[in-house]
Amino acid sequence: MSGKTLYDKIWDAHVVHEAEDGTTHLYIDRHLVHEVTSPQAFEGLRMAGRKVRAPEKTIAVPDHNVPTTGRRDKQIENEESRIQVEALDKNARDFGVHYYPVSDVRQGIVHIIGPEQGWTLPGMTIVCGDSHTATHGAFGALAHGIGTSEVEHVLATQTLIQSKSKNMKVEVTGKLSPGVTAKDIVLSIIGKTGTAGGTGYVIEYCGEAIEALSMEGRMTICNMAIEGGARAGLIAPDQTTFDYVQGRPHAPKGAQWEAAMAWWKTLYSDDDAHWDKVITLRGEDIAPTVTWGTSPEDTLPITAAVPAADTFEGGKVGAAQRSLDYMGLKPGTPLSEIEIDTVFIGSCTNGRIEDLRAAAEILKGRKIKVKRAMVVPGSGLVRAQAEEEGLAQIFQDAGFEWRLAGCSMCLAMNPDQLSPGERCAATSNRNFEGRQGRGGRTHLMSPAMAAAAAVTGRLTDVRELT
Amino acid sequence: MDKFEKLTGIAAPLPLVNVDTDMIIPKQFLKTIKRSGLGVNLFDEMRYDDSGNEIPDFVLNKPQYRQAEILVAGDNFGCGSSREHAPWAIKDFGIRCVIAPSFAEIFYNNCFKNGILPIRLPQETVDLLMKDAEKGENARMTVDLEAQEVTTSDGEVVRFEIDPFRKHCLLEGLDDIALTLEQAPAIDTFESRMAQERPWV
Ligand code: SF4
Repeated sequence: MSGKTLYDKIWDAHVVHEAEDGTTHLYIDRHLVHEVTSPQAFEGLRMAGRKVRAPEKTIAVPDHNVPTTGRRDKQIENEESRIQVEALDKNARDFGVHYYPVSDVRQGIVHIIGPEQGWTLPGMTIVCGDSHTATHGAFGALAHGIGTSEVEHVLATQTLIQSKSKNMKVEVTGKLSPGVTAKDIVLSIIGKTGTAGGTGYVIEYCGEAIEALSMEGRMTICNMAIEGGARAGLIAPDQTTFDYVQGRPHAPKGAQWEAAMAWWKTLYSDDDAHWDKVITLRGEDIAPTVTWGTSPEDTLPITAAVPAADTFEGGKVGAAQRSLDYMGLKPGTPLSEIEIDTVFIGSCTNGRIEDLRAAAEILKGRKIKVKRAMVVPGSGLVRAQAEEEGLAQIFQDAGFEWRLAGCSMCLAMNPDQLSPGERCAATSNRNFEGRQGRGGRTHLMSPAMAAAAAVTGRLTDVRELT
Repeated sequence: MDKFEKLTGIAAPLPLVNVDTDMIIPKQFLKTIKRSGLGVNLFDEMRYDDSGNEIPDFVLNKPQYRQAEILVAGDNFGCGSSREHAPWAIKDFGIRCVIAPSFAEIFYNNCFKNGILPIRLPQETVDLLMKDAEKGENARMTVDLEAQEVTTSDGEVVRFEIDPFRKHCLLEGLDDIALTLEQAPAIDTFESRMAQERPWV
């Protein structure tokens, strides 16, 4: 018998019941909840007279709808948003789950505060009614998004009905060149595998370049596993992980810490484990990367030019043409000549302290040339830390708006939106048509690259500014 | 949950790849706290112009497809956000079956929870069904879940695969939660074992 992958090990440790056909009830250790995908689930419980089975393992926070300016703790202007946030307030209270309301300094994007508060630990199963739950895989946890019916299922039973995915290994060897970050790695991977390349798989990211990343960088990588189509992304826990986790409010302490560590140290893929698919990239080959189209697989090194639709294969010609039209781009234009109106730094992909530091590093002593630029910290605590470190001042001196924590312009369900035709350099994860506002044009990139675009007014190779 | 057994209806062709859930139901409609009423906003940005008028070219606005109950689409359908509002909108419009070469996983799962049958078929077969769907309202397709067959308007029969458990739940209209609650003793046992083995969780 061959060895087990990390995914196999976590899976096996959570099987409650397995039917003959392989359909499995998997136990869920942490259930994260936000205001957009949960109201119908709580309503379903109420109608059936059911309770939340494990409220102590359920953590709720409003993030998608909340404005990132003003006195939002007093009043949210948009009526529908307010109703959704109020519904979460009520549901959290009625069902007794952990809750970080808008007024709490610990409030923030659900995938940022889970790790920050120590709710996210290695070896766990973690779900949330949100596709970017994959973020938590950075800790060696099996974490993925679910739909609202499944949210209700987990609330009621603390289990999920699952069938097992296949194992895929994505190895990034060697070292990254200066100016290249985790975001560039993950954009390059998706560029290579396509947005459906991971469908049916759980991906484990490994290799020297991955191991060298901080937890922040690892979260950026796993966050976008879903953009590659995978159910989840994982990185084996190591000393970097343990150091990050230790001392967090909900991390184990004392004897429990020792016991947890003993188990966590067994969480790696065995040398003889079976992989259904293996992809390898050389760290040295990865350049600062941006997207040019409306799918996260439309990635190119910043040194390249806008492609022509007819250079794509078969079925993709139409999609590429549609992307070019939507994005208002001409084939052959060097990417570094594309002018930018707006810059958005934030989201669960790149809204952590390290991301803000990387952007501030570029912005120090410079001024923005774009029409507007905003930085939205991923949580109230990230915001506070950035203020303490003087980053907030650097952003403001450069001309950035310094916002309150939330999803903000990542999906524009709140007042932060692009107008039609407005072109944005964004550190978020999706460049779909209309994602940041109807008709808005999104280019995805790293925080340093977004900062570079802010100061030159066009897509820019960050290496020119360092 | 509504049962799905057999369906004969008009199939609408949507030959786009990577149709994401933002396209299926844009985020401004996610602010509802209900499941119903999203059908009018299905594919909103492709279906209506800036002043809210229908765009006549869009397939579901064409007279012959307004009553469509089946959707034939391109590869990687339903990618992107996990919003279950996407299948809610599809169902509310009246579509009960989506056929594509592949689906994004969360969307695929969400369909089953809402009585929608997603069918994966090889690209060539989808191409064939797409042609059939392009014939308009006279081209009624039949989807038979029990037999796992799609029959084109010309009587050509195509077989599809589906997970037996999901098939069973859909045919019977079973509620997952009630089924799982039957496993409550197993969940109790698991929890007490974990309290010993991994008390920090
Ligand atoms: S920041 Fe963006 S991707 Fe992340 S949870 Fe919020 S809306 Fe989703």
